[in-house]
Amino acid sequence: MHQPFEGSQAIWMDCGIHAREWIAPAFCQYFVRQILQTYKTDAKMEAMMTNMDFYITPVLNVDGYMFSWKNSSTRLWRKNRSPGPSGDCYGTDLNRNFDANWGTIGVSSDCNSDIYPGRGPISEPEAQAVTYFVGSRKEDFLCFLTIHSYGQLLLIPYGHPDFTASNYNELMKVGEEAAEAILKVHGKKYRVGTSPAVLYPNSGSSRDWARMQDIPLTFTFELRDNGTYGFELPQEEIQPTCEEAYSGALHIITYAHDKTFNGAAATAAALWTTLLALGVHLM
Amino acid sequence: MGLRRAIVLVALMEVTWSLNVTTIGPETVSTDASAHPEPAEENTEQKEAAAAEEDVMATGELNPNHYPAQRAAKLVQHYLNARYGSPYKLFGLKEVHSGNAEEVADSGRKYQLEISVHEIISNTKEKCSAEVFFPSGAKQLSPQVQVSACEEILKLDAKSEEQALYQQYKTNKTVRTEERLPDSYGHIDPEMTPFWHLSIVASSFIMLKESTENTLYNVAQVANITQLATENDQLKFDCHVLLHEMVSQEIPQWKLLFTWSPAEGVKVLHTEQLPHVHEFEKRAKPN
Repeated sequence: MHQPFEGSQAIWMDCGIHAREWIAPAFCQYFVRQILQTYKTDAKMEAMMTNMDFYITPVLNVDGYMFSWKNSSTRLWRKNRSPGPSGDCYGTDLNRNFDANWGTIGVSSDCNSDIYPGRGPISEPEAQAVTYFVGSRKEDFLCFLTIHSYGQLLLIPYGHPDFTASNYNELMKVGEEAAEAILKVHGKKYRVGTSPAVLYPNSGSSRDWARMQDIPLTFTFELRDNGTYGFELPQEEIQPTCEEAYSGALHIITYAHDKTFNGAAATAAALWTTLLALGVHLM
Repeated sequence: MGLRRAIVLVALMEVTWSLNVTTIGPETVSTDASAHPEPAEENTEQKEAAAAEEDVMATGELNPNHYPAQRAAKLVQHYLNARYGSPYKLFGLKEVHSGNAEEVADSGRKYQLEISVHEIISNTKEKCSAEVFFPSGAKQLSPQVQVSACEEILKLDAKSEEQALYQQYKTNKTVRTEERLPDSYGHIDPEMTPFWHLSIVASSFIMLKESTENTLYNVAQVANITQLATENDQLKFDCHVLLHEMVSQEIPQWKLLFTWSPAEGVKVLHTEQLPHVHEFEKRAKPN
């Protein structure tokens, strides 16, 4: 319905960087289904889908995810499945492998560790793929969301405690508004703040890398729950979790859209695209 | 591209540009692809320290949403479960309202917290006050927790269900799990749920003992729980649990031997941490 062309604004969402966080890939699928349903009847969603491209990666860490489905003893795998430097360890934590203060804090040099950042920044094919794809179009991206579990958190850059995003106030404001939207759905409280403040310091995350590419609105979502079921979230919580997370994500995306495509410009852009399409038929 | 189409495009471009489409962000800094984030005004001298260890510990009034108060508050959950938990009574930390931390000269750090605690099975909530003390020094002493002002939630009565379960498993039945609790899909057989709760209660002793200001523990999964012969009127269990430590993201594994009765609650007899084994990689001898 919308022909992507060079320089069109875009939204990025990835799920499943960490294999065991199964609710995340479920959410990406829910999100895609939801926007494809909603745009048919909701003018705002229709405008957003006309004006922006949505890039959704439902399972970024495919190898790790498949491994976590193998049997009950692999269920809690986190990393990818790259062979380690020696013969007897596997996996790099993809969310420590990006080129953003790589290897400085919140990592371990032990290749058995669940926070092993790899042999070097972007040593892993999954991180390379994102870096290349997003990096080669970075001016286009308005928003970069990365979905994880668990903890009920909305985390903003940076993971390193010594660095503050230039738009920290904006990120906190939009984050708090998104948390409010989430609360309204099923009463679940999501805490908002930088990773070092709210959770723990870290480095090499996809979100930090994205912010360093000047993508202004970058958030990490940590979905349900708070530790009762943890990674093995029960089936009956999938739908409500996705509903509330959708509400939060939509708030951020709408904000990003409205900042760029304010009112008349949005209509003009939509009109332009329609006429272009018409023009194609007229030729 | 056809001339007509090019003209249409140009005309529309005039319209769009004149409406002043703002680009990304109010104060975007350098567009250099390898731009480094802007350093914070304060804390530049901590750059070296930050690379190695945690920052200087937060003291005084704490932000209740930040990790120091949250990690201390989690200990209150582990304490309440260890002390008052049962197959039909399990506590969760609902919210931290306020917190305060202070150094206690030469012995450790003390947190004062106002929190809301939630009894998961009856779904009741109550506000509590708590004090959490993290001892310092090389000896690795356990943290200490004291709770006040939350009598209602502790008085919650599950005595009849507890008695029924106790009688059933003292004589007639025996537990030996086939599946992990929960299984990979978050599912627990309803008949196993009280034993899932019991395993969490027993694990809370470990989580309380092992916790520091730099950790946050939850039970990730119960690998198995087996009932052994009843001893001194206490049901006796052997279980293998997988914990999740949030900061390291590791899954420490523990074996526990514990007893339970409605009268005595959970008593942990023996604990053993299992080595960090990657069963899949260590393709030792095929079994």
